[in-house]
Amino acid sequence: MRANRLPLLAALALGLTAAAIAMVFFYAPVDADGFNQKIFYFHVSIALTAYVCFGWGAWKAFVHLWKRKPGADLESYVAIHQGVIFGVLVLVTGSIWARYRWGHWWVWSSNQLVLFLVLFLFYAAYFMLRYSIEEGARRENLSAVYAIFGVVLIPVSWLAIHLAQDIIHPVVFTSHGPQLGGSELVTFVVSLAAVLSLAACMYHVELAGKRLDARLRSLRELLA
Amino acid sequence: MTAYLADVRALAHKDLVLELRARDTLPAMLLFVLSTLVVFHFVLPADSSALAAKGLLWVAIVFTALLGLSRAFAAEREQGVIDGLVLAPSDRSAIWLGKAIAILAFLGLAEVVALPAFAVFFSGIDGPTVAAVALADLGICAVGTLLAGMAAASRARELLLPLLFLPLAIPIVVGGVGASVSSHTTKYLGFLALYDAVFALLAWASFEYVVTE
Repeated sequence: MRANRLPLLAALALGLTAAAIAMVFFYAPVDADGFNQKIFYFHVSIALTAYVCFGWGAWKAFVHLWKRKPGADLESYVAIHQGVIFGVLVLVTGSIWARYRWGHWWVWSSNQLVLFLVLFLFYAAYFMLRYSIEEGARRENLSAVYAIFGVVLIPVSWLAIHLAQDIIHPVVFTSHGPQLGGSELVTFVVSLAAVLSLAACMYHVELAGKRLDARLRSLRELLA
Repeated sequence: MTAYLADVRALAHKDLVLELRARDTLPAMLLFVLSTLVVFHFVLPADSSALAAKGLLWVAIVFTALLGLSRAFAAEREQGVIDGLVLAPSDRSAIWLGKAIAILAFLGLAEVVALPAFAVFFSGIDGPTVAAVALADLGICAVGTLLAGMAAASRARELLLPLLFLPLAIPIVVGGVGASVSSHTTKYLGFLALYDAVFALLAWASFEYVVTE
């Protein structure tokens, strides 16, 4: 992304986030579950954004292995880094929601929370892997293969966690999804757009920083 | 195709002969799985159910496999054999398949001892459990061999493998425990077969990138 577009994206993210917060608090009605249900607008948006980041990271990893495009490895890494940040936010917001809805900070019956815990462990190991290999082609390849495994693990783990419900917790809480009426749906779409644009903005900022870093290092090596 | 299979056979044969001469992985796995079962006796309180023990069996299997996998590429790394194998005029995925077959043989042998020992110490082993163990072994070896190759290329080595492997092993544990303790056995066995197919294909296709630059 050209440098002059980044402030525009940042302004868009800021505007959408402000609009989303205002709509969540003042426009969307309080539903039967009470006020705490409002965290749902951010919790679900953040979760979807984290999936998008992981998927984007795996796609860039695939491009790296397929086309050997320079820079794809860095893009893949930055996307996964953003995915982990949003993944941690999913755990935090989900935990807060669980506390006010069910009275516990952690509920194993919430499939989405358990899935994000597994994904968090998986992608935390991605960083361990990446930083225990010397910079170079080998590190790029291994990171790419692991990132692609991650995007396959998401549906497989989702299925596994659904299957595990039968053996581990036969009947616990029935978590019916909130019924989305007109104004709730609009609020949710604005929240989702806000979090997605925020993620895109952070992705480009981090990428620009990392590219600058690499460029500076190569210039220093030329001077030395 | 026949040339590919001959390569795989030669590579698996090499690992089995090495193990037969040096005997450093299999005895360790056997002793480890037996010690783990003894530890489980002290872990389970007196009135816990047989189902809890069956769940723990899967802990023993996954960790025994990890023990074997952490040694999987030790010989290749220490002697620099992996460079020779990569330079050899064969498909790189044959290295993965040969190694996975050898690890599968070790894990299978460890379980031939571990499952009867479990039946003696705790409760009987039924058909679905044996089927689930067999299916889980395929997935563990397919994924584990690829990850062991990754871990061998890193500085952290053996330290890294459990971190990479356990999140990927969670679906295997769900399928295995489900098949052992639930009455809907086919559902869980089907899930294990699906896992094996998906991840074996992925590992087969991507191993080349793990050993080359």
